[in-house]
Amino acid sequence: MDFSVLTNNMDAFLEGFKTTIIASLIALVCSFILGTLIAVMRIAPLKALNWIGTVYVEFIRNIPVLVIVFFTYLAFTFSGMTAGTIGLTVYTASFIAEAIRAGIMSVPKGQMEAARSSGLSYGQAMRFVILPQAIKIVIPPLGNQFINLVKNSSLLGIVAGGDLMYQGDLVNAKTFAYVDTYVFVALFYLVLTIPLSFGVGYLEKRLARSN
Amino acid sequence: MFKKKKLFTMAIVTSMAALMLAGCGSSKSNGSEGSSKDVLAKIKDDKKIVFGVKYDTRLFGLKNPSSGEVEGFDIDLSKALAKEMFGSDVKPEYKEVTSKTRVGLLNNGKVDAVVATMTINEERKKEVDFTDVYFDAGQSLLVKKGSKITGLKDLKKGTKVLAVKGSTSAVNIREKAPDTQVLEFENYAEAFTALKSGKGDALTTDDAILYGMAEEDPSYHLVGGTFTEEPYGIAVKKGNKKLVDALNKALKSLKDSGEYDQIKSKWIKENQ
Repeated sequence: MDFSVLTNNMDAFLEGFKTTIIASLIALVCSFILGTLIAVMRIAPLKALNWIGTVYVEFIRNIPVLVIVFFTYLAFTFSGMTAGTIGLTVYTASFIAEAIRAGIMSVPKGQMEAARSSGLSYGQAMRFVILPQAIKIVIPPLGNQFINLVKNSSLLGIVAGGDLMYQGDLVNAKTFAYVDTYVFVALFYLVLTIPLSFGVGYLEKRLARSN
Repeated sequence: MFKKKKLFTMAIVTSMAALMLAGCGSSKSNGSEGSSKDVLAKIKDDKKIVFGVKYDTRLFGLKNPSSGEVEGFDIDLSKALAKEMFGSDVKPEYKEVTSKTRVGLLNNGKVDAVVATMTINEERKKEVDFTDVYFDAGQSLLVKKGSKITGLKDLKKGTKVLAVKGSTSAVNIREKAPDTQVLEFENYAEAFTALKSGKGDALTTDDAILYGMAEEDPSYHLVGGTFTEEPYGIAVKKGNKKLVDALNKALKSLKDSGEYDQIKSKWIKENQ
């Protein structure tokens, strides 16, 4: 290992690391919100909404994320980073929607019936009875999606998004130390994904105890 | 208590991952340096020579989607060189390289020689061995016709220039026009697509490659002449003097026999 590759190019690595963190955080929050909305649409007692949700999920999750990112970049006037973050959000939301839908479906039907018969509206029943139960079931698959999202953010690199992968490539071009550079890039990703992994595990345990 | 233990486990796992990566990193780089078998001998043993060429660069190396063949100056020249060096004993094969991947593929033995619009310069000479110059290019700018950019001097603050990762032109443009923002893409096709969709004000690389793009889409043209010299050489893995000598000898005899000029005039029209 040649650590001078890292130390001589620390600025570039940190710059990329920062961009990766920002893009991942924004995409994480936005895809969680969008994904939850779509999941609710898919199970709402309204055919039109079901249909929109289903079309979104089936359309988006069956397209490679690379294509989505390229399309967002080239078809609109966004910068590489914005286009990459939007592409990631749109793509990840479809998987999050499916994970959340599966969680909601796994809450026994009787819960909704009981909530409705005690006078709650569909929305209230969803918010106060079904979703709090579903979220516990959903944590592990959501964690997987978030970890994937952080890793997929490396796609920003191909649309000049300035992320870790992009900066790594520029360091490669300068130093020709491909193996070393990619090892350092991988380490930076691990710094993000391993705590995320443990965070999800921790949440999972805590919520299980609150039962 | 619980939290402390958690943090501890997390630290252990992270450092284990780091160590593992560091370990495989060093073993890999040792491996590629260790297997310094003579490339020329390997070519003769295998009865094939693998040329690393561009697949996305019109006039030099472009994969024709209808025939599936790669075509261009680099391809024809390497074919002629292989024939000159080995007769029909050794079969030339082609593998795609980009500016970003070509040195890596050369060093790990996936390609034997890189004929891919590669400029000879001092930094690269530390990494690979070059043959004599086989083509003289110079860096220039490609813009949409009617653009306000007419040369290097117009690349002021607020302008964006598109380039390709790992190319000398990306490095040069930062020096020659320090105020402009440089966006780097994977290959020329992507960079040109980005230019067409308005992601930058100009695309920069060697004039010969830009002529190929202007030929593909005549609403783009070159401006400002050339501002660097980019002598192209064939690159081989460091320490293969025998192969470099053989390539140089073959290149010289192609030039003497006039075959080089024939190949060149087939692809590169002067005064485009």
